[in-house]
Amino acid sequence: MSVLVDENTRLIVQGITGSAGSFHAEQMLAYGTKVVGGVTPGKAGQSVHGIPVFNTAKDAVRETGANATVIYVPPPFAADAIMEAADAGIALIVAITEGVPVQDMIKVVHYLKSRGSRLLGPNCPGVISPGKCKIGIMPGHIHLQGKVGVVSRSGTLTYEAVGQLTALGIGQSTCIGIGGDPINGMNFIDALELFESDEQTEAVVMLGEIGGTAEEEAAAWVKANMTKPVVGFIAGRTAPPGKRMGHAGAIISGGKGTAEDKLNAMREAGIAVSLSPADIGKTLANRIG
Amino acid sequence: MNIHEYQAKQILRDYGVTVPTGTPAFTVDEAVEAARALGGDLWVVKAQIHAGGRGKAGGVKLARSLDEVRTHAEAILGMTLITPQTGVEGQLVRRLYIESGADIARELYLGIVVDRGSDAVVFMASTEGGMDIEEVAEHSPEKILHVAVDPLVGLTDFQGRDIAFALGLEGRTVFQAVKLLKALYQAFVEKDCSIAEINPLIVTKSGDLVALDAKINFDDNALFRHPDIEQLRDEAEEDAAELLAKKFGLSYVSLNGNIGCMVNGAGLAMATMDIIGHYGSEPANFLDVGGGADRQTVTEAFKIITADPKVKAIFINIFGGIMKCDVIAEGVVAAVQEVGLSVPLVVRLEGTNVQQGKDILANSPFDIVAADTMADGAQKVIALAGK
Repeated sequence: MSVLVDENTRLIVQGITGSAGSFHAEQMLAYGTKVVGGVTPGKAGQSVHGIPVFNTAKDAVRETGANATVIYVPPPFAADAIMEAADAGIALIVAITEGVPVQDMIKVVHYLKSRGSRLLGPNCPGVISPGKCKIGIMPGHIHLQGKVGVVSRSGTLTYEAVGQLTALGIGQSTCIGIGGDPINGMNFIDALELFESDEQTEAVVMLGEIGGTAEEEAAAWVKANMTKPVVGFIAGRTAPPGKRMGHAGAIISGGKGTAEDKLNAMREAGIAVSLSPADIGKTLANRIG
Repeated sequence: MNIHEYQAKQILRDYGVTVPTGTPAFTVDEAVEAARALGGDLWVVKAQIHAGGRGKAGGVKLARSLDEVRTHAEAILGMTLITPQTGVEGQLVRRLYIESGADIARELYLGIVVDRGSDAVVFMASTEGGMDIEEVAEHSPEKILHVAVDPLVGLTDFQGRDIAFALGLEGRTVFQAVKLLKALYQAFVEKDCSIAEINPLIVTKSGDLVALDAKINFDDNALFRHPDIEQLRDEAEEDAAELLAKKFGLSYVSLNGNIGCMVNGAGLAMATMDIIGHYGSEPANFLDVGGGADRQTVTEAFKIITADPKVKAIFINIFGGIMKCDVIAEGVVAAVQEVGLSVPLVVRLEGTNVQQGKDILANSPFDIVAADTMADGAQKVIALAGK
């Protein structure tokens, strides 16, 4: 098993006729993901890389039996696309789009509460279960099928950690990018819960960053509930307060969200902390012996 | 994005929030003329910079005559204010705001933030107005009331009354407060604010509520739908290099060390800063070239880094995913060709097409040091910067 996505995932691509949507649809197909349809309003009947395009998410679900969607729609329209997918009853919504206004996301998160969909992102690299299914923008070839779950707020830092694991011959069950925005869908705890109950996953790498308190809450959850070993890293130990580090969420404000607080919470929860970003793979290897 | 106090107050005024009457001034004469036109016998001369903490730093003065307005305006305009929020270099005062004085019975605190914990807009209210709210939060958190707003309903009347009673308001002032709070919420959401702070919100001796100070930040991601807000941008208040970087889709933050960094992705860029710190040095900057960097963005990023006189060596750390290492390598070579290379350059490439990328760098006529891992690159660049 893996979590969120596997060989039974049937994916549609919202924004498939745009340059990002089209490019990544092709990449995902090449990886072996079952990309069964695309959505661009007004372009029904066209096809992209042989994938049929529909006007609405509802049409796409009805015609293809899709159970997941990935969103490459530009920021002004991304929130609407997420809500459209939820209204169509799609179980997993992965929003790649970077730059969605935070007020839009507040509405989206509340809209989703009364519907059954799970949202990943926005501003995230996506999710991959190596060898089975890739949804998003991550390079598939750096991954190796295996037993380590990875959850992260950042894209390329995830690649870095995955690259280290793969180089050590340690494979991954599923890698989940939850995204760097302050208001988003799945959080660390949601991912940790999935990994804890997944048979394939034997250990977890959790990559956090400065800002907010999500890492502290996740550490408390690990302490109370997690039986599998967890390795942690926090990006931004050297970041000065009050400066936003690229991600809207990565800012130390009012003395809250410092790397030290997060590292202490992790240590307190029995999480093996890697202080250097170059030692994440090694720390995991040591932890699982 | 940040704006000045006088601009924030104009927005509040547009939404029906009572603020003191005032006029911005760019010269001493304009300041005196503004005070004369406002009338009365008490004015406040306020430095307009984006950072907070102006009062304690000497940027806000009371004046009881037009002569005093002139004296204060002369002193404040052109001074460099150093507050806890400006950093040690301070911020030059280029604008003033001349306001009518107010009769203050009580000072309250009101803040509005986007709260990640509740995925909602949250009001924070406290009777400890005028104080540094972060200190209140640390030492007596029970004095701050938090009220989360349901985004599908908006701030309700009863929530407004909850806040008003918690602030110790009475009689007609309670109903004035509800109206004010609802107006603030509307402004916050409609203008896509990320933080709004009214500190202090005052109760006058006659029992009226007035926003005596106002600070508003906007969500950069939403500026596309607010051309009116974008117009309020004061580029003089922003870091020139950060501003330039933004124009090319780069995310750049200037720091104090001497290792210039260029990285793809915010998380990896922070991690790169950290590994430089881990090996005992300091980065000169945070720079994320983003996910879609091409030859031009790499060149522009390279220009920004090399223009910083603090930089003694450069570390480029790229984990190519969709972005291919050979494209980045070509961009680096083109950038060096165009800009020149006066300090050592260490490049670490990993990911898609890594071998082609390394070959391009190795075959270039420039002295580019290759690194195999982040740790290797960080150690090499620190050693070279120290020479």
